[in-house]
Amino acid sequence: MPGKSRRDFLKKSAIIGAGITGLSTSTAKAGPKNILSPDRMGVLVDTTVCVGCRNCEWACKDAHNLPAGNLESYEDRKVFEKKRRPDHTALTVVNEYSPGKNSNMPVDVKVQCMHCDHPACVSACIVGAFSKQENGSVIWDTDMCIGCRYCMVACPFQVPAFEYHKALHPDIMKCDFCFERTKEGKLPACVEICPVEALTYGPRTELVRVARERIKKNPDRYIDHIFGEYEVGGTSWMYLANKDFSELDFPKLGDKPAPGVSESIQHGIFAYFVPPVSLYALLGGIMWISKRRKELEEELK
Amino acid sequence: MANQLHNPVPIKRKYFTPGVFVLIILALNGLVFLIGRFLFGIGAVTNLDNQYPWGLWIGVDVAAGVALAAGGFTTAALGHVMHKEEYHAIVRPALLTAMLGYTFVAMGVFVDIGRWYYIWHPLIMWNGNSALFEVGICVMIYLTVLYIEFLPIVTERFIGRVNLPGFLSILNKPVDKFLRVLDKGLSKTMFIFIIAGVVLSTLHQSSLGTLMIIAGPKMHPLWQTPVLPLLFLLSAIAVGFPMVIFESLIASRSLGLKPEMHILTRLGSMIAPLLGIYLAFKIGDMFIRETFVYLTEFNTASVMFTIELLFGVIIPLRMFLSPKVLKSPLLLFIASTLVVLGVLINRINNFIVAYTPPYAEKTYFPSFGEISVTVGFVAMLVLAYRFIVMNFPVISLPGKHSAPQAKYTIRGVGK
Ligand code: SF4
Ligand code: SF4
Ligand code: SF4
Repeated sequence: MPGKSRRDFLKKSAIIGAGITGLSTSTAKAGPKNILSPDRMGVLVDTTVCVGCRNCEWACKDAHNLPAGNLESYEDRKVFEKKRRPDHTALTVVNEYSPGKNSNMPVDVKVQCMHCDHPACVSACIVGAFSKQENGSVIWDTDMCIGCRYCMVACPFQVPAFEYHKALHPDIMKCDFCFERTKEGKLPACVEICPVEALTYGPRTELVRVARERIKKNPDRYIDHIFGEYEVGGTSWMYLANKDFSELDFPKLGDKPAPGVSESIQHGIFAYFVPPVSLYALLGGIMWISKRRKELEEELK
Repeated sequence: MANQLHNPVPIKRKYFTPGVFVLIILALNGLVFLIGRFLFGIGAVTNLDNQYPWGLWIGVDVAAGVALAAGGFTTAALGHVMHKEEYHAIVRPALLTAMLGYTFVAMGVFVDIGRWYYIWHPLIMWNGNSALFEVGICVMIYLTVLYIEFLPIVTERFIGRVNLPGFLSILNKPVDKFLRVLDKGLSKTMFIFIIAGVVLSTLHQSSLGTLMIIAGPKMHPLWQTPVLPLLFLLSAIAVGFPMVIFESLIASRSLGLKPEMHILTRLGSMIAPLLGIYLAFKIGDMFIRETFVYLTEFNTASVMFTIELLFGVIIPLRMFLSPKVLKSPLLLFIASTLVVLGVLINRINNFIVAYTPPYAEKTYFPSFGEISVTVGFVAMLVLAYRFIVMNFPVISLPGKHSAPQAKYTIRGVGK
């Protein structure tokens, strides 16, 4: 009964198709919060002002319930012999480099999450545990994370750290822009403690203006580059320096947002589930035709 | 009747052989390190760190595992979608490999993620922008589809043979009845799952390629390309049949059966064009992005790229073009092994060799524990395969083509 089986077949295929398209309407909206507010905040780090006191390291730990030790122990400058990275014990670290142009002072660079405007971590996270908040912070939700570490693969600045030593409930650790403090109207802990005002907290657009002005007023003091103004589509944290950023261990990055290519491929393959559903229909068609041909051959025998 | 070529039966053999004992020791060794991972954390067993968050387990257990299980969907497309019944004898072994392969992929993920007890989160927490989300969801659904596709083999084994021990024997009749209903339902709807399996496979095989694109400049330009998803899909399609040949020849060797050369030769003749398409895109991509300049440098990346392409694609491609190779079990085995190793190396290259994080102090090399777990998983997979083909009708005996089994062959497509 080829006629019946064909009708059956079409009916069942149609149900599947409807099911999948039904899904698509909800998936199209699925995804983590990713707000790019015009009023988002940022921090301008002026490395020519920073003296490398590492008070920010202490304040950051203190604000995040990490073992911080006493503040005096941070005066020890021996730690600068080695370049360090933020990890599960410290969400921000300061590294020291040789002096830049027109200066004999070493260059100190504070490192933490850049709070990208188009964060790769937010785009990548399998469950959407990362989100970009209205005030510019990129934060992580411990109740969602499954610990797959794809965010670490994705981040162009290699910032998120993982608690490898923990068998149960390891966290992804990174600077959260002091989200809990700023919500209450307080300054980020590191900005608040900085004794020389190397860190300026403010609306990002304002910070870009300030940074431009500083470069224009003191062309001998700065190189003409605000790191983070355009890198990977712009970041909330931005840097000024008196030597090339590649000599300060900043990665060389283009202006395009890091998640751009993969997201457009992803959405291309899945454009409202049309490609998968068409493929399903095509294969169903081929299956039906080749079976029909077999049947005809056998009838002819 | 068109079904005479195919008569799968449980292969009765002694389970324990010296080789099986070696596998058991390897599996136990892996188990020791697995316990270590769950008791003391990922850091205690692996060489992973904040610079290298992904290593052997993701590169081999997951990425290569998925690629090498591609035989399942390519043979399903050939045997069921294009309705080439002469290949039906290899569909079941390939299905079994895919089912076991994906099971171990899922176990690899379970071991690698830091919070294994949250593995179900992607089911309810969706991030449509994430390539990993897509891979995860597709693999979960496909694994279910594979189990459903395998069910008829289970019902076939037990229908009319349900024999529960002791007082449970009063259930024999109802269970048998249930199996028959299940079997009937399955054979009417199986085509839905077969097509879904092929669609899901094309989706996640390519999305696995999208995974590393977001790493951007952290990935070596020899591999980092926007056509990675296409390259992953094409190589998965190309490795499907070689993998089937590879395991079919090993299985017939170890079970003392005659190799099914009449099928394998024909299957082998299809590999060269598939490899050719993959090679064309791979080389084309290299010339469009002008990455061949990196091959003039001498370093791990250029050497690994050359090995992958020369031994994994070009040499076997030439071999599969020769009729002599196609007819000789040994040469066919060598050529297929080369393709399988080539894809394995390609996945390792993409996920481990090409990945160069900006602040690494040392390069990553898997620890003894990581290698033990991966080897242990492979050993367990082979042991499970051996057990299943000895107890379920998976492998067709060549030469015994008489008993027609119309009911079970074109399942779901038929009548
Ligand atoms: S620097 Fe990395 S972790 Fe921070 S927002 Fe950007 S991508 Fe995310
Ligand atoms: S480790 Fe956690 S936060 Fe990072 S991508 Fe995976 S689920 Fe998301
Ligand atoms: S903003 Fe807060 S979390 Fe980030 S480095 Fe400063 S103190 Fe630490």
